[in-house]
Amino acid sequence: MSGSLGRAAAALLCWGHSAGGGLWGPGVRAASSGGSGSSEHLDMLVKKDRVVVFLKGPPEQPQCGFSNTVVQILRLHSIRDYAVYNVLDDPQLQQGIKAYSNWPTIPQVYLNSEFVGGCDILLQMHQNGDLVEELKKLGIRSTLLDEKKDQDSK
Amino acid sequence: MLSGQLVGSLFSMAGRVCVSRGSARSGAIGPVEAAIRTKLEQALNPEVLELRNESGGHAVPPGSETHFRVAVVSSRFEGLSPLQRHRLVHAALSDELAGPVHALAIQARTPAQWRENPQLDTSPPCLGGSKKTRGTP
Repeated sequence: MSGSLGRAAAALLCWGHSAGGGLWGPGVRAASSGGSGSSEHLDMLVKKDRVVVFLKGPPEQPQCGFSNTVVQILRLHSIRDYAVYNVLDDPQLQQGIKAYSNWPTIPQVYLNSEFVGGCDILLQMHQNGDLVEELKKLGIRSTLLDEKKDQDSK
Repeated sequence: MLSGQLVGSLFSMAGRVCVSRGSARSGAIGPVEAAIRTKLEQALNPEVLELRNESGGHAVPPGSETHFRVAVVSSRFEGLSPLQRHRLVHAALSDELAGPVHALAIQARTPAQWRENPQLDTSPPCLGGSKKTRGTP
């Protein structure tokens, strides 16, 4: 990871300062009621959008440090159009997504309908450059890709 | 109290050994922490196992064992993706994760990866969890 990316990451992931976004509006999709934890419903949710995250709290005010980390990473890459589902609003969703993903904790990240992992894995992908590449495959151009290219061409 | 790195370098001469560092602040190791340690040792035969009870930093009662961070260093992770490694850890701790443990931050490294950066990361601060009063919409 180049120095500037590391510094940017350090600045925005500075735990004491980050407190959700608010400067942008991701496409927050509300989970519908009734059967919101069913595998059919979740199947639909994770396939509907290229980037889907399940968080504790809304993205503008996450109520969990790990969920906030996911939000901040997506913000660093200037990913604005993604689906966010707040499990704290819906216990059925919270239990359902854990069973659906076979993953015991929140946050959870899906890229291109495929489960990627939680906060630790997304952070690792962000730090080692994999996230930029995965987003590129989805046709999503991370602003960090442009930074990286500037660095490489110098 | 010896730092984790100093302990690690002393023990590396003695061959493979499980270096377990318990919770720094709470003192006594609770039953959940003990179970996590035992199960990960059995399942993954780790060279290094660093486990920290982070419940004290969250909106839970004192003495809770709900939030943990673990660094597991094992050759069994060779060739496995991060997702596969985390699933191995989850499988070993399925009872705890279905029960008292709400959060588990995992660093799953091969021995070579650990030598490059032998330290337990820090977790982000708690933002209140479900108990936090909601702000303005």
